[in-house]
Amino acid sequence: MDKYKPVIGLEIHVELKTSSKMFCQCAADYFGKEANSNTCPVCLGLPGALPVPNKKAIEWTILIGKALNCKINPVSKFDRKHYFYPDLPKGYQISQYDEPIASHGDLELVSNPRHPRGVRVGITRVHLEEDTGKLLHVGAETLVDFNRSGVPLVEIVTDPDFDNAEDVKVFLEELHTIIRYLGVSDADMEKGSMRMEPNISAMRYEIRAKSEKKLPNYKVEVKNINSFNFVKKAIEYEIERQIDLLKVGKTPAQETRGFDSKKGVTYTQRSKEEAHDYRYFPEPDIPPMTFSQKYINTIKVPELPQNKVIRYVHQGLKYIDAFTLTRNKKLSHLFEVTSLKIKKQDNVKVTDIANLIINKKEYINLSEEVLYTKLREIKNPIKTDEKELDALIKHLIKINKQAVEDYKKGKENAIMFLVGQVMREMNGKADANIVRERLILILKSKK
Amino acid sequence: MNILGKSISELRYLLDKKDISEDELFNFFKKRISRFNPKLNAFLTIVDKSKSNHVGLLSGIPFAIKDNFCTQNIRTTASSKVLDNFIPPYESTVTKKLLNSGSIIIGKTNMDAWAHGSSTETSDYGVTKNPWDLTRVAGGSSGGSSAAVSSYITPAAIGSETAGSIRGPASWCGLVGLKPTYGRVSRYGLIAMGSSLDCPGPITLTVKDAALILQIIAGKDKFDATSSNNKIPNYLDSINQNKKLKIGVPEEYFYGLNEEIKISVMNSISKMKQMGHQLKKVKLLDPKYAISVYTIIQRSEVSSNLARYDGIRFGNNRSTFAAEAKRRIMFGTYTLSYGYYDAFYKKAQKVRTLIIEDFKNAFKDVDVIIGPTMPITATKIGDINKYPFFGELMDKLTEPAAEAGIPAINIPVGLDKQGLPIGASIMGRWFDEETILDLANQFEKETDFFGVIKKGINNYK
Repeated sequence: MDKYKPVIGLEIHVELKTSSKMFCQCAADYFGKEANSNTCPVCLGLPGALPVPNKKAIEWTILIGKALNCKINPVSKFDRKHYFYPDLPKGYQISQYDEPIASHGDLELVSNPRHPRGVRVGITRVHLEEDTGKLLHVGAETLVDFNRSGVPLVEIVTDPDFDNAEDVKVFLEELHTIIRYLGVSDADMEKGSMRMEPNISAMRYEIRAKSEKKLPNYKVEVKNINSFNFVKKAIEYEIERQIDLLKVGKTPAQETRGFDSKKGVTYTQRSKEEAHDYRYFPEPDIPPMTFSQKYINTIKVPELPQNKVIRYVHQGLKYIDAFTLTRNKKLSHLFEVTSLKIKKQDNVKVTDIANLIINKKEYINLSEEVLYTKLREIKNPIKTDEKELDALIKHLIKINKQAVEDYKKGKENAIMFLVGQVMREMNGKADANIVRERLILILKSKK
Repeated sequence: MNILGKSISELRYLLDKKDISEDELFNFFKKRISRFNPKLNAFLTIVDKSKSNHVGLLSGIPFAIKDNFCTQNIRTTASSKVLDNFIPPYESTVTKKLLNSGSIIIGKTNMDAWAHGSSTETSDYGVTKNPWDLTRVAGGSSGGSSAAVSSYITPAAIGSETAGSIRGPASWCGLVGLKPTYGRVSRYGLIAMGSSLDCPGPITLTVKDAALILQIIAGKDKFDATSSNNKIPNYLDSINQNKKLKIGVPEEYFYGLNEEIKISVMNSISKMKQMGHQLKKVKLLDPKYAISVYTIIQRSEVSSNLARYDGIRFGNNRSTFAAEAKRRIMFGTYTLSYGYYDAFYKKAQKVRTLIIEDFKNAFKDVDVIIGPTMPITATKIGDINKYPFFGELMDKLTEPAAEAGIPAINIPVGLDKQGLPIGASIMGRWFDEETILDLANQFEKETDFFGVIKKGINNYK
């Protein structure tokens, strides 16, 4: 087993949540709509219809490219990629071939606590294309739904820089977080708005070690996996399968395989086309695009999670807490706006805010004001004079006989009435929780 | 009321004066269609009276539309059985603009199937006959549109040109045919043939009519990313500029021609000199290079554009494609294949760039360039089989302008000994339709096209 080194690269497709489709005016949000109701001559590929590219989608692809540290190419174009499939109405997909919008990027997995050594993954390219329709198999019949046809789809391709499934999972989780931070896609794997295809092969250590650039002479692509764990499992399964074959002197077939999540195995789908079967050529219906540096500069990347982690740690957070907070834009936002409220006299620290948000999941929907007030109360508990309290409780029990009776009959509300009475008498100089505890204790002792 | 041979501008005048009603006009052409179309086979679909909902420059004017423009609720076949039952759910931009100006679509005209050809003989619905000689072809691919105007069963028609498909049949039927600059007129709804070349344009009896129609159909279209934002001038004004021009005459366009055509075109050029224009020899690339470029680029695009007719939709499967389309699909698939793309498609694009540069240089010295439109006059039906690349040979002289994307207009310049029309092409700078229309109009006023257009119509009294 250790004689072979896995070589893994990824293709990730992300559907953009622009308001309209890539090349027409139809809504990009097709989910749950009646079949073929979200279509027009363009996305149905009717004779004579022409594509007009969506500016926002191009802008967002540049944004993704910048977030992944890519070079944004000043000149880019669309190409036609030909293949036959019933869900592809024009007989070609409008995609990008040799001049993608972005290329030569990387993503460093420095922020992952599971990954102390840090891994840099090269991003080969980021390009824009259109999604296809969907086939529905009903009994012996196959139906086509074109609602999804033409939805903007960004393809992110990594260099074959991975050698294990765990790194792939970490990378995908980081990428998923980034995409959601950018607000360009829901990246919802259940709905298929983020789809992952690992390319897996293996070769002997000594060959790979001699030249990092040398790649195996075959490659297996696993398609349509819809969770990070399944990607990991599929890769682990593939590595084992391929190495078993290599060990007995066989070369695994170059093919596309599917993943059966129930059995945890991959299976042959079809032998993979080579790129030259696609007959790429420049899309004559769309003029080439040129992006000025000035325009590219106007597209701003927000602070990304990996940078936030570093900043939070500088602010005094534990690494794991900084990481947890930054996995979700809402969480990190709440943390940041609450942190802004800190006043010296309140005795509240950023770590307190972090702890509260991380530990009390139910608090994440609170406003920063409410959250901060709660935190201030926790950090500045009101000191209660216990002697005075006990005396007061005993006095109030005497004069509120009805409430005491009610409580004994099991009316829980009665206790709240009594707490209220106590709090009023103490002029608020007591902690309501303590008051409640003492009240119950005294009442019970009187039974 | 004698309507025969009236241009749309004249018909407009008669309608406005109420000398004739829209219904009378419609019925006049309807009757002529019933009378002459069976002989000519110009129309594939004849549309019942559809009262226009709009009032505009073309109110009540009937139009024939080439059958590769999608017309909502009107069958559109591109003359291929693959689309035998196709009724588009949407309107092409060109026909929408015509309808919005009040015009009436009277029918859809025959063409070479998918516009693949120069004689209308590749139509799956039979050849369109030349009104000047029924044993001859009308030309193509806009053969039906040209035959319909020439026999005056419609006062004007819309065609499309990829390379020669407007000017060629206009030349063989003795008419005015305008191919605008690529991008001047929207292609939305025009069934794509060679996407980087296709141009819609008018086929008319007069230059003024061509200007009027261009005025209506030109302009940026949000549904066509290749349509141009360039300002639309007032073409009806520009035809009357009467500018004295520098006319370029390229020797290369006069080789291998029928002698009578050469003489007719040269005589017309001399006429222009007499009218006060200045002649100048220009050197252009031999048009033979344009044939290779065109053959590769157009077929590559065809193979891609026809991929959608995969048998899953539109009701007919791929075996419904006729031989010419199959040949072009195979040729184009080959030129786009791995290992051949660089040798063919990419190289062709480079040569295309040279052709563009060639015209740019030439237009530094001259305002327009003029040459014959077709190397011979209308061929006999069936002659197509004598030449494997019939279209390319016939379109040799129209291809350079098509590849460069410059505007060009065919004007009749005489008849040969067999009494068949001869045409010349005036080519202009990019987006300078004004100048070629101006010169063509000056020539029309001076010569009345030597009576060619009237003579054609008078055969169909």
